[in-house]
Amino acid sequence: MSHPDGTALGIAAAIRSGRLSAARLAAQTLDAIEQRDGAYNCFTTITAERALREAGEIDRAVADGRDPGPLAGVPYAVKNLFDVAGVRTLAGSQINRDHKPAKVDATLVQRLRSAGGVLVGALNMDEYAYGFTTENTHYGATHNPHDPLRVAGGSSGGSAAAVAAGLVPLTLGSDTNGSIRLPAALCGIFGLKPTYGRLSRAGTASFVDSLDHVGPFATTVADLAAAYDALQGPDPADPVCSTRPAVFATPKLDHAVDHLRVAVADDYFARAGCEEALDAVATVARALGVTRTVTLPEAARARAAAFIITASEGANRHFADLKKRPGDFDPMTRDRLLAGALVPAAWYLQAQRFRRWFRDRVREIFREVDIILAPATPCAAPLIGQETMVLGGVEVPTRPNLGIFTQPISFIGLPVVAVPVRRPGALPLGVQIIAAPWREVDALCIARVLEQCGIVDGRPVS
Amino acid sequence: MSDDKEKQPDLAATVDRIAATIGLEIAAPHRQGVIDNFERIAALASLVMAFPLPDETEISQIFVP
Repeated sequence: MSHPDGTALGIAAAIRSGRLSAARLAAQTLDAIEQRDGAYNCFTTITAERALREAGEIDRAVADGRDPGPLAGVPYAVKNLFDVAGVRTLAGSQINRDHKPAKVDATLVQRLRSAGGVLVGALNMDEYAYGFTTENTHYGATHNPHDPLRVAGGSSGGSAAAVAAGLVPLTLGSDTNGSIRLPAALCGIFGLKPTYGRLSRAGTASFVDSLDHVGPFATTVADLAAAYDALQGPDPADPVCSTRPAVFATPKLDHAVDHLRVAVADDYFARAGCEEALDAVATVARALGVTRTVTLPEAARARAAAFIITASEGANRHFADLKKRPGDFDPMTRDRLLAGALVPAAWYLQAQRFRRWFRDRVREIFREVDIILAPATPCAAPLIGQETMVLGGVEVPTRPNLGIFTQPISFIGLPVVAVPVRRPGALPLGVQIIAAPWREVDALCIARVLEQCGIVDGRPVS
Repeated sequence: MSDDKEKQPDLAATVDRIAATIGLEIAAPHRQGVIDNFERIAALASLVMAFPLPDETEISQIFVP
């Protein structure tokens, strides 16, 4: 990134003032991706022609005195499950290479374009978003910029690594069971999984309708908030997207947070993680002066129910291809999808009913607290290809267990900011700042306080 | 589950039976992987199914948090 600041808002300010050319920045960004992405494997498609065209439009708007948008000229990229006009929406699969290119952009891509963003490409992910590591057999593993031998997390691994590597300041991803929060944490950047239904999923390849969310990644809280503000708004094209009015975060980001009642999640969230993951939560709690704890009841069952819903809905989505061409699926996902197709209705429906029960209990908790702190992952980034890890003295499979702390939260659609805890010389770890439904701004304000006191730091690797 | 080994043959048979019922052919090289994953799902389902939900707890068609 040629701009010395490197943040989305810093770039936008420089372009809006005429100090920086969007076209020049786009060209430099494309060059940097070409030269450096080989080490990380974040990108599956580069949209060079489009990027230069959009950047040219921004420069013309600035020259003409028109408003180029709050994210004027900011290079960004999207997980390759977002529709991009003229590009095949791969969703990490080989099968989707047979699909026709998307005719129109996904709603959120349209919104970033309206805000002045410049799309430079599409990003690697686990096949059909069914994974936590972005070890994709078809397109290769995405490497963690903090240690290329380690996973970037998933399923939005390309989205997190591209930001952590400093290739782009802003990306979009999706989160069904942790796929924004987990890679953000393992790559040491900020990620926002908004309330279920807050942001439109129209024009994205769905994985699990009941649980799918979309959201941004960034290196600062202000950038995350600016992107979130640009993305909000109702959308009839997504039946789940709320008709609530947008609640813009940027104007409120520096509001006092003294009134927010914060507690640390105990029990399930304090047992299974390694010591350093729990220390990260303790560091954040200390910085906020938090001593209170709170118990989310039956969190293990919540994770189990999310697992069942995911297996069943995810498999159903791909049932025709599982019957016709199972050999074309990524071996990392195929057997799980085949097993998910066999889930009895009784299990699925009980999991959905349990979801309602769990939501009601957690709603009661939010009468007493406003923010809940929990680890984002049980450990730092595992090695690429690592089959098992030790949690609580027990050896468990790595891939399904990376999401144990994120799954119970997305299960009931709570908004979360994943914040990267500053750990000089050590691999990144993240903490979930969990807010009550529709209270994304509360979580962003807490994240901002932590950033300002230096406890969390999302700057890319140098 | 303590009785994993006892249940394994049953779950393997269950996998074969349901797959046949829904017309899903599972190739021999994939079968053990599918059984392993189905066992993992079944273990988690036992947790969910064991929880006594009140009769009035309904699912949401479109979930609103």
